[in-house]
Amino acid sequence: MYADAETSWPLWEVFTQGTDGAPHQHAGSLHATSAEHALQNARDVYARRNEAVNLWVVPSAAITGSTPEDMGPFFDPAHDKAYRHPQFYKVPKGVKVF
Amino acid sequence: MTTQTPVADDAARLAAFEARIAADESIEPKDWMPERYRSQLIRMMSQHAHSEVVGMLPEGNWITRAPSLRRKMILLAKVQDEGGHGLYIYCGTETLGVDRQELVQQLLDGKAKYSSIFNYPTLSWADIGAIGWLVDGAAIVNQTMLAKASYGPYARAMVRICKEENFHKKQGYEFMVTLARGTPAQKAMAQESLNRWWWPSLMMFGPHDADSPNSDELKKWGVKRKSNDELRQRFVNLTIAQVKAIDLTVPDPDLRYDEASGDWITGPIDWDEFWRVVKGHGPCNSERLGARRKAHDEGRWVRDAAMAYAEKQQRNNRETTERQQ
Repeated sequence: MYADAETSWPLWEVFTQGTDGAPHQHAGSLHATSAEHALQNARDVYARRNEAVNLWVVPSAAITGSTPEDMGPFFDPAHDKAYRHPQFYKVPKGVKVF
Repeated sequence: MTTQTPVADDAARLAAFEARIAADESIEPKDWMPERYRSQLIRMMSQHAHSEVVGMLPEGNWITRAPSLRRKMILLAKVQDEGGHGLYIYCGTETLGVDRQELVQQLLDGKAKYSSIFNYPTLSWADIGAIGWLVDGAAIVNQTMLAKASYGPYARAMVRICKEENFHKKQGYEFMVTLARGTPAQKAMAQESLNRWWWPSLMMFGPHDADSPNSDELKKWGVKRKSNDELRQRFVNLTIAQVKAIDLTVPDPDLRYDEASGDWITGPIDWDEFWRVVKGHGPCNSERLGARRKAHDEGRWVRDAAMAYAEKQQRNNRETTERQQ
């Protein structure tokens, strides 16, 4: 082995807000020693071309996600409720509802 | 109730996985995937990340010697991008359950492969133009395909990278246009550089399909959508028109245009040279690795200081909290 193994810096997930008023979106991840360090690295790695007006960094370990196995049962309740959408409703032709 | 043996279970999962690939669905980190898919991706993505990082070296060499501030700023931005691309792909690779540290270590230990093109020397300033034009141009052809790869994190990294590489390629071609339309000495410099980079650029796409052991599997699983030869042909067709537009020539006496297919057909590629460089006997293999190790060693104090600072901050925060309690 060439060099002493170093401990990895903690992993952070980076979210970028592209323009004012837009939602933050996941851009990728990076390693950094602290939140402040992660923000600086995120600026250099994910916002070199004005891709962001605002950044969030979140420790990867702090994120809880649903699992792919949940796909069926977890989201099932939404599958059979067409009445939550306006297309479900019929109104007389020619009447403007909106 | 059904009882399934683990083998039958795996076969069912594999069938479901392959059905997802066939339906062009994106595979995400937590999804079940065959071990072979995972290991092939780790191999391919880490080699790609290493290539971005090592790719900074032949160009970094010329930053202090750039002939104008404009060219120097462009080159600095390009080299910084390559470092960023390495980071995107290392992070993508980590989603497959491998640690970046481990990958970096493999590179430093000389156990990891990276693109052979970076084992050629940058002998003249024109090489910086030729690299942007040809090497980044070839990379875009490959990466545009990979932006549709079946593995989500890889595909997303490629979308980001392709956008940035377009600047690399365009500045490279503009650079060569400037030299080719300059003084006779400048034009000769551009031609000499093209002569040296042409064949290695074609080799970047890897061996012919018949000699590429990993290709079939990668295509079957939707990681690659086109074969090495198809991509190489696309690059040749695109590039020959650009070569002609600036009145330069490629060093290939057998090059001919095929009316029927509309393709430019090149002469034979020297695969002995390709394998020599892949196996570590290229002009700069040991120099590149030496430079990477030196940079890693000389950066250690920065990494140590960042770690020490973070620990001190945490200690201070703890003490403040304790005092307040």
